[in-house]
Amino acid sequence: MIELKSREPAGPIEKRWTEHKANSKLVAPHNRRRYQVIVVGTGLAGGAAAATLGELGYNVKAFCFQDSPRRAHSIAAQGGINAAKNYQNDGDSVYRLFYDTVKGGDFRARESNVYRLAELSIGIIDQAVAQGVPFAREYGGLLANRSFGGAQVSRTFYARGQTGQQLLLGAYASLNRQIEAGTVTMFPRQEMLDLIVYEGKARGIVTRNLVTGRIESHLADVVILATGGYGNVFYLSTNAKGSNVTAAWRAHRHGALFANPCYTQIHPTCIPRSGEYQSKLTLMSESLRNDGRVWVPRNAEDATKDPSSIPESDRYYYLEERYPAFGNLVPRDVASRNAMYVCNDGHGVADAPDSADGKRRAVYLDFADAIGRLGESTIRERYGNLFEMYERITGVNPYQKPMKIYPATHYTMGGLWVDYNLQTTIPGLFAGGEANFSDHGANRLGASALMQGLADGYFVLPFTIGNYLGEVRNLEPLDEDDAVVRDAVRTVEERLTRLVDAPDAKTPPEVFHRELGNIIWSKCGMSRSGEGLREALEEIPKLRERFHREVRVMGSPGGMNQNLERAGRVADLIELGELMCIDALTREESCGGHFREEHQTGDGEAKRNDEEFSYVSAWEYTGDMAAPALHKEDLTFEYVKPTMRSYK
Amino acid sequence: MSTRALTLTQTTIGKKALMAVSGVVMVLFVIGHLSGNLKAFQSPRAFNEYAAFLRTLGPLLWVARAAILVSFLVHVKAAMDLWQRNKQAGAGASRYHGQKKQKTDWAALSMYLSGPGLLFYILFHLAHLTFGYYLFGEGNVFGVEGYAFDEMNPYNNMVLGFQVWWISALYIVGVAGLGLHLFHGLWSMFQTVGANHPKYNGLRRDLAVGLSLLLALGFISIPVATLLGGLPPTTETFYFPELKH
Amino acid sequence: METRTLTLHVWRQNGPTGTGSFKTYEAKDVNEHMSFLEMLDDLNEKLISRGEEEITFDHDCREGICGACGMVVNGYAHGPRERTTTCQLHMREVFKLGWTEVWIEPWRAKAFPLVKDLMVDRSAFDRIQHAGGYISVRTGSARDANETPIQKQIADSAMDAATCIGCGACVASCPNASASLFTSAKVGHLGTLPQGVPEREIRVRNMVAQMDAEGFGSCTNHGECEAACPKGISVDWIARMNREFVRAMVTAKDDVDARD
Repeated sequence: MIELKSREPAGPIEKRWTEHKANSKLVAPHNRRRYQVIVVGTGLAGGAAAATLGELGYNVKAFCFQDSPRRAHSIAAQGGINAAKNYQNDGDSVYRLFYDTVKGGDFRARESNVYRLAELSIGIIDQAVAQGVPFAREYGGLLANRSFGGAQVSRTFYARGQTGQQLLLGAYASLNRQIEAGTVTMFPRQEMLDLIVYEGKARGIVTRNLVTGRIESHLADVVILATGGYGNVFYLSTNAKGSNVTAAWRAHRHGALFANPCYTQIHPTCIPRSGEYQSKLTLMSESLRNDGRVWVPRNAEDATKDPSSIPESDRYYYLEERYPAFGNLVPRDVASRNAMYVCNDGHGVADAPDSADGKRRAVYLDFADAIGRLGESTIRERYGNLFEMYERITGVNPYQKPMKIYPATHYTMGGLWVDYNLQTTIPGLFAGGEANFSDHGANRLGASALMQGLADGYFVLPFTIGNYLGEVRNLEPLDEDDAVVRDAVRTVEERLTRLVDAPDAKTPPEVFHRELGNIIWSKCGMSRSGEGLREALEEIPKLRERFHREVRVMGSPGGMNQNLERAGRVADLIELGELMCIDALTREESCGGHFREEHQTGDGEAKRNDEEFSYVSAWEYTGDMAAPALHKEDLTFEYVKPTMRSYK
Repeated sequence: MSTRALTLTQTTIGKKALMAVSGVVMVLFVIGHLSGNLKAFQSPRAFNEYAAFLRTLGPLLWVARAAILVSFLVHVKAAMDLWQRNKQAGAGASRYHGQKKQKTDWAALSMYLSGPGLLFYILFHLAHLTFGYYLFGEGNVFGVEGYAFDEMNPYNNMVLGFQVWWISALYIVGVAGLGLHLFHGLWSMFQTVGANHPKYNGLRRDLAVGLSLLLALGFISIPVATLLGGLPPTTETFYFPELKH
Repeated sequence: METRTLTLHVWRQNGPTGTGSFKTYEAKDVNEHMSFLEMLDDLNEKLISRGEEEITFDHDCREGICGACGMVVNGYAHGPRERTTTCQLHMREVFKLGWTEVWIEPWRAKAFPLVKDLMVDRSAFDRIQHAGGYISVRTGSARDANETPIQKQIADSAMDAATCIGCGACVASCPNASASLFTSAKVGHLGTLPQGVPEREIRVRNMVAQMDAEGFGSCTNHGECEAACPKGISVDWIARMNREFVRAMVTAKDDVDARD
């Protein structure tokens, strides 16, 4: 029986991390090189962890499926990174960031973790600046900040619209330094396809060398998964095409519990999709909502009209009208859901109706007022690269015409269940960044993903891994010839062979992926209902079955084969999708990114049920996809008392 | 990995820097050369006096010649090294189907042609006016009937040559090639030595274009003027002991 | 919405040692709003459906920032639109030019060995950065971020260089297959900032030594890299690198090892 021990320290929240560190075990410097650490994924969390562990003297092997660690999808984060620096003297503090994050997460996160995150945010900025991250600065030479995603303080640091890129390049630079120093060995174009568990502990991974097709085993004393989120379960998302759940899912199948898979974040400001062929959606930083006004035509018949011909009185600034206090800056889920509602009601302004339901799925994001007030040059200075990107993709100049936007899946709060040490339920297996479920509860605040990835990577994991190794000291010796390792390799090889040799191979994996996406987006997307979820749970197993019968993979597993890579990822996403719907169905409340139609207030707001659902749902793989076992980690709130969110 | 220390001249940037520095020396020489040549427009005597004056410099002349020769050799050697390297790098300006050039120009792409071209031109020029007396003595230069050198009259040696159309043509093509080479080379030199500043970057282009145009047109003006009858041979006789071979 | 049929000539090559050739495909129903890679996705799906191996190409973020994608389209690295990666090139741009035939090739340079079809190995770029593309700062030892004010223009200028996505279009488009723009952007980003000053001399020497060791060509100031760069990185950075490098080689009191 798995027991969920959060290993949260007790005592005053502001002292917990310090005391936890004081009470933890350490590994002496000369002993560190005896330990082998595997880091899978080289985004902010993985890159930072690998670099820092290398710096400490551990023997690190880092893996990424991209051709270079610098291309991990953290690179695409645009807006910024939060930190409780209070450089603006506007009343920010560690406590306030903690408070905002718990509240933003709709009271579904662990207080201790969130406090630690807020505490560590300060050091991240120092670290990044020291590495040469060229954050935006004021004329006085000091760091600039902006308010982001509805925060009432300006605590967001940014580097044009490329903050993720710059922070990742900072982590990548640290990683390079360690590679040069010989403490980190980098394995690019290698995809983790299984976890090796020996005597109950994670002891290595099985990878496929994507260039040669060779299946390799890599052994270690500790394995860290920093493999990102599973947003691509929606097929269309703002994630990179390669982003996938395979590493986390394989760990899950080995006994790592998967927490809160139904908590997914839909980002309100993305470029609407233009057709069936669409391969991914592009997000535009929600900082745009600081100056842009969201509206749709009040009369549905104006939907196809030139927006400039629609008089002010016929424009429905629905966010400003419905949420006077926050207006266009309401949280992501509120903004997203409202966009969906107005489009459901026929006010949408997309060029073409959606092939699934005939609705025009887009709303205007209008900068005319801001350009009038601040001048085009100020707007260009603030959002130039975003405007350029919009124009590039749509062919429309947003300085002249309002942008069209629609929500898209952006981030997944759910992930591998981890304790305070970021250790999963498999000893020796840790998860950091978006791959874990830890800090954002049911919804993540803007500019907090970068913060969490880096906090995990630079400051938490390097420390808690030392503690783990200090506790277990000498692990059982294990070598590549052990039956456990050979079995793991063989299992992977067999799985790949099955994909290549599907009995009735005829359909490319994308077709199944798209079908999966349609099911999840319509039934487990911005708004979910028991009925829809039950339908989805009927459809997904059928899809899974059909996939394994009909998927077509050309070529062989021996050698570069992107067709095979995608098939393997889709197979795991289908399984995850099913778990996601099961989770959404059992969570009979609305909270954060999870909105159940049955659970809303009279005026359509999410209705949380703290009495019954103030817990983390951690799912155990039982071998039967349809019947995973639910474990609950009860959440207690000592500092931030749960209140109903109100953005009215 | 070797433990040999990195030396400037073995690096690509070092080689380019050598080309830039040697290029500058040669450009300075060319500027001086032109200013001397233009004395032809002043008077045949001024031209010949200048030629004689150069001979009075003695050891200094040899220092200058050595500097030019060394620069020339360094320039050519570095260019050849880089050319070979670039070939090995799998390069080529047309290695793609229908490749388009976007920023570069003909001058830049033809550096490896204008360079060797200039080499031949310089050899011809040296054979003609520098070592011509040794080659042809007082006989017909290049076999041209009635064209013979007068040791004491460099002016006539030049303009009589330019009256021959094909000699003029060779010179015109040669200095036009020089202009082309400098058009890219001068700007490139600024880039290579890192002389850049956003405020003055525009000026670098202007300077490169201006100077290469000035030099090319300056040199071309002499054969052209000669052909048009503006620089007739002189009947005056000169005696400069310095010019004695 | 406009759709057209295009004839694609795609470079197919099984591996680094094989010999490649162009293979011609008909791309039907190409929509103006498709990205160039979506057009290839669509073709690949059709190829798989009819039992052929798909075209291999690198891609990931599809929003122009990861630097994974890159192919030469009718002679232009990343395609004809300036400051645009292949993934952000939309077919309307291709339509505008009236192209009915499109030749698609991988980056070609010795230092970028071909992996398969349109995919090349750009690990040389990583190795250049291993050689010195960092500021040595131990995690946790940083001072307060605002302790050293940095002139806004300097921070902005460093950002201009730091925006490089490492896609390799500079090498692909360079008539000499030189990696100078890439290397100089990295050297420039770190060398411009006060934090990067202590290691400036050693960084530039090691990175340039590695750049040369990788077998890239030399810069002869054509400027094609700048034109192809999807992030608009200026060749001014090359001038700056040259200056910094020569100065370091001439004035540094220590030596660095040659790399090969």
